Amino acid sequence: MHRTGDLYGHFQTLEQQKETATLGMWIFLVTEVLFFGGMFLTYTINRSAFSTAFGIGSNTLDITLGAGNTVVLIMSSLTMAMAVWSAQVGKKKLVSIFLIATLGLGTVFLGVKAIEYKQKFDHHLIPGRGFDMKYHPAHPMAGDDLKELALEKKEVDEAFAVDPDINFHGQLYFSLYFGMTGLHALHMIVGVGLLIWLIKGSFGGRFTPQYNTPVEIVGLYWHFVDIVWIYLFPLLYLIDRHR
Amino acid sequence: MSNTPPTPDLELPDEHYLNATYGSGIRSWLLTTDHKRIALLYLASVTVFFFIGGVLATMIRIHLLTPGGALVTPETYNKLFTMHGVAMIFFFLIPSIPAVFGNFLIPLMIGAKDLAFPKINLLSWYIYLIGGGFVLYSFSTGGLDTGWTFYTPLSSVYSNSAVTPAVIGIFINGFSSILTGLNFIVTIHTMRAPGMTWFRLPLFAWAHYATSLVMILGTPVVAITLLLAGLERMFHLGFFNPALGGDPILFQHLFWFYSHPAVYIMILPAMGVVSEIIPTFARKPIFGYAFIAGSSIAIAVIGFLVWAHHMFVTGESTYAALTFSFLSYLVAIPSAVKVFNWTSTLYKGSISWDPPMVYALGFIGLFVIGGLTGLFLACLGLDIHIHDTYFVVAHFHYIMVGGAVMGYVGGLHFWWPKITGRLYPKSLSQFAAIILFVGFNLTFFPQFILGYLGMPRRYHTYPPEFQVLNVLSTAGASILALGYLLPMSYLIWSMRYGKVAGPNPWPATGLEWKTDSPPLTENFHVTPEVTWEPYDFQNRPDLGLAASARPLAPAHGDD
Amino acid sequence: MQSQLPIYPEQASNFAPHIDALMLFITAICVFFAAAITITIVFFFFKYHRKESTAIGIVTHEDSRLEAVWMIVPLILAMAMFGWGAVVYVDYRNTPHDTLDVYVVGKQWMWKAQQPNGLKEINELHVPVGRNIRLILASEDVIHDFFVPAFRVKMDVVPGHYNTMWFRPTKPGRYHFFCSQYCGTNHALMGGWVTVMEPSDYSAWLSGSSGGSTNPAVAGEKLFAEKACITCHVANGTGPSPSLNGVYGAQVLLADGSTVTADEAYIRESILQPNAKIVAGYPPLMPTFQGQLTEEQIFALTAYIRSLQSQPVPAKGYGIAPPTGKK
Repeated sequence: MHRTGDLYGHFQTLEQQKETATLGMWIFLVTEVLFFGGMFLTYTINRSAFSTAFGIGSNTLDITLGAGNTVVLIMSSLTMAMAVWSAQVGKKKLVSIFLIATLGLGTVFLGVKAIEYKQKFDHHLIPGRGFDMKYHPAHPMAGDDLKELALEKKEVDEAFAVDPDINFHGQLYFSLYFGMTGLHALHMIVGVGLLIWLIKGSFGGRFTPQYNTPVEIVGLYWHFVDIVWIYLFPLLYLIDRHR
Repeated sequence: MSNTPPTPDLELPDEHYLNATYGSGIRSWLLTTDHKRIALLYLASVTVFFFIGGVLATMIRIHLLTPGGALVTPETYNKLFTMHGVAMIFFFLIPSIPAVFGNFLIPLMIGAKDLAFPKINLLSWYIYLIGGGFVLYSFSTGGLDTGWTFYTPLSSVYSNSAVTPAVIGIFINGFSSILTGLNFIVTIHTMRAPGMTWFRLPLFAWAHYATSLVMILGTPVVAITLLLAGLERMFHLGFFNPALGGDPILFQHLFWFYSHPAVYIMILPAMGVVSEIIPTFARKPIFGYAFIAGSSIAIAVIGFLVWAHHMFVTGESTYAALTFSFLSYLVAIPSAVKVFNWTSTLYKGSISWDPPMVYALGFIGLFVIGGLTGLFLACLGLDIHIHDTYFVVAHFHYIMVGGAVMGYVGGLHFWWPKITGRLYPKSLSQFAAIILFVGFNLTFFPQFILGYLGMPRRYHTYPPEFQVLNVLSTAGASILALGYLLPMSYLIWSMRYGKVAGPNPWPATGLEWKTDSPPLTENFHVTPEVTWEPYDFQNRPDLGLAASARPLAPAHGDD
Repeated sequence: MQSQLPIYPEQASNFAPHIDALMLFITAICVFFAAAITITIVFFFFKYHRKESTAIGIVTHEDSRLEAVWMIVPLILAMAMFGWGAVVYVDYRNTPHDTLDVYVVGKQWMWKAQQPNGLKEINELHVPVGRNIRLILASEDVIHDFFVPAFRVKMDVVPGHYNTMWFRPTKPGRYHFFCSQYCGTNHALMGGWVTVMEPSDYSAWLSGSSGGSTNPAVAGEKLFAEKACITCHVANGTGPSPSLNGVYGAQVLLADGSTVTADEAYIRESILQPNAKIVAGYPPLMPTFQGQLTEEQIFALTAYIRSLQSQPVPAKGYGIAPPTGKK
């Protein structure tokens, strides 16, 4: 397909091209809402059916890392919005700076997520053969708050007394946890890729008040991914948190 | 031939999308972003899956000739009907009309040079291939025996077949559907030529708009549902497995939330095709344009609210059943509106019996039976008896094969001259249409009776009292197979030896007929401007018809 | 007598005539519409056949009144179908009280039925004519479906749930039943025969062939002791858990203040997920028996608890809601 400047051959005008791209992204996001929707529904139904196991599961998550990550992500949405604004008003240097900031914050988020996953792995909380909710309370690691852990042990033991299947239901919680945050992280990784592509373009000074559609629609995408996390955080970390 | 205007000897245009070179040979096809070439890539690939599904169907029908089963073991039989369903539904019916004709025609019909996102369009074809690859891998390594519905816990725990690759394949294929739908919606919104207002859009475009809504809203849900079932199988999780606390009925809700609307992905485009063919060969504006367009949207919207009518006997609450039965009856109304309007369009028309018209009328006949038998299944009291029997099998084949495939083949005959620039033998194709119609009815009508008599579906063996009807059905299937092989052969023959068609052989009013056949890569030499209403033959001197020869005075024109 | 090529199965239950009448009603409407449309199309096809190659049709303008008519008339007919269908369905889903209960378990690929006196059958079901029969359906593995064409009834058999269905056989004879929810390799072989007998023959059959079968209540009592239920659920109400005397069919008061009827589904749930509904005034002590009991054992325990219905309810230590005027 041939291309004249920023205008692809099958469009008549730049406005038409921009409208098309933006509408395309919005419709894609609608699809994404339903994509996550199936998981949210499954989560909600299982949460109400197995509230004990899910409550214990929530409590094993690290609230500090989770809350910190939420702040990081909200910050990144701010810098993304600033990047879009800079492109619209033609401050080419600022575009690069804000995009790099967004990229940095996004990477921090993914890094923290990796640390959290690693913890779950160490605590034998990956669904599958080795899964055991009793493992971590019985095997303290360096740096664990022992008082916390004793509380957790008590809670897990109580839960096991009334429901020996708690490990099954706990696996459900953790598979949903990994499924939902994993899908979210996958979207973050795609977003990081898009950001790198934008940063490359911004160094060449591609984005001007006349042509900034890529920055704008990647911005839409980034905000969407941010919003998904805003729902994930309370659902996975906060409900039934009592310690 | 006396019914079509005499045509001088025509020549193909010197340059068109088929011979235009960008790069060389096969590469120019595999890397093309031209919507017309991508449509042909789809045409080839869905035909492969149609063929696979068709061979499986033939084996099913041969097996059922005798009560004990004539051909294969129970295990193999279960794989046959499962793979038939998966190949036909996910890899033929859902992409067929949208990905082939939608791709080819929507830009042409609205006067655009291409779809909004040409690269994404190509991407969706590759996604389709990857998904199809996984599914074929599943078919060839152990097969699949869960039924195309993948009900848990059978699919997630008990089945010994290659469920995982199949589920992954369908999951991946879903994105092909989503991206196609997204492309269509955006294209119809932003790429229309000057003068092409919403109410001048061809009804084919309206139907595809409605279809795309279903694609983008429904497909992600089934994708995630099948993924969850797949994860459950791979990692022994318990989303839907009652032994681990899950709920198998939840799977059915999520599955049908997409898979019922998916029926409308199959039938709405076929309705769009018929809405193009009928005014063209009756040579008059379609009756009730706004109602046909609106009914497409209504079907798409209400179609999302009826899914649990597949679950009347699962023990769902009586109130839910009442609600879903009621809503299912509502969706019948827009379908009825379409049929009445098509019929009225024929009134005082100038009707020719050209092949596409014969197919379109065949479509109406079969769709009416398919649609009306839906009323039996939506009826709560009656569904207790006929649910999961051959009645259901007959009903959905009338919709999906009688309706969707008839529309697809009709569309092939209608637009073939545009796609290839050549005509096919006329009487042979009329004959094929009649063969298809007769063969189809003989195959599937006996199944309604079988179902009411109580023969459950998915049975590799059946009590002997059902044999007569099964033999009839198999006999019909062999006629039906001939009905499909005929067009396949003469259409291929015509690509080389057919008479050159010229830009507008029928003639028809749509924008796609205002350019060369086959069109050039940019579709139009100059971007067209639309100044006429849809399906208007009267004020179109460019069509060369006797519009002005007729007195326009209504007093005389009324009879 | 059925003809050589029947178009409907025998009518052998209370539902069959209703469903056949419904079928006839809808068929009549549909045949009328299908015929009307076909005749119109064929008529137009010939009447308005193109005579000259360049002729065009005469424009007919759309008419909102006409459109309204062909929306409203089908809508009214559709609502009639819906209404009649709903009446039959509601009747089917609301089981009468005086039923003869038969437990039916589906598993890959056989049906096991258990008569009220404990007599077990495989791929056979004997019922007396003229009695309301309730089938309580459970599955050991995947989803099945119990379908008797001659009775025009079917119901899915879903693992993890109890479903019930009812019918009243009206004609003695032997009728096919099928599994009609696809359940794996031998799905098509998972069927058998329902034998409808005169009540006297039925009782004779029950007593005549009951050798070797145990009364389910007796089996349940044994299980009740084996699984140590008896240590907490003490009959006189002095144990840590509620006495089960008289609880079957009664209203049970729950910790959250609501009440629930102690039917089969509730008892099953309380055995498998004890903490789903906690009886008021009792601590949640009971462990789950998920995965430790077969469906048949749960049937037996339920039968035993049912047999305690007539036992004296202790003054203290029962979960039954006080019979106030509330409900």
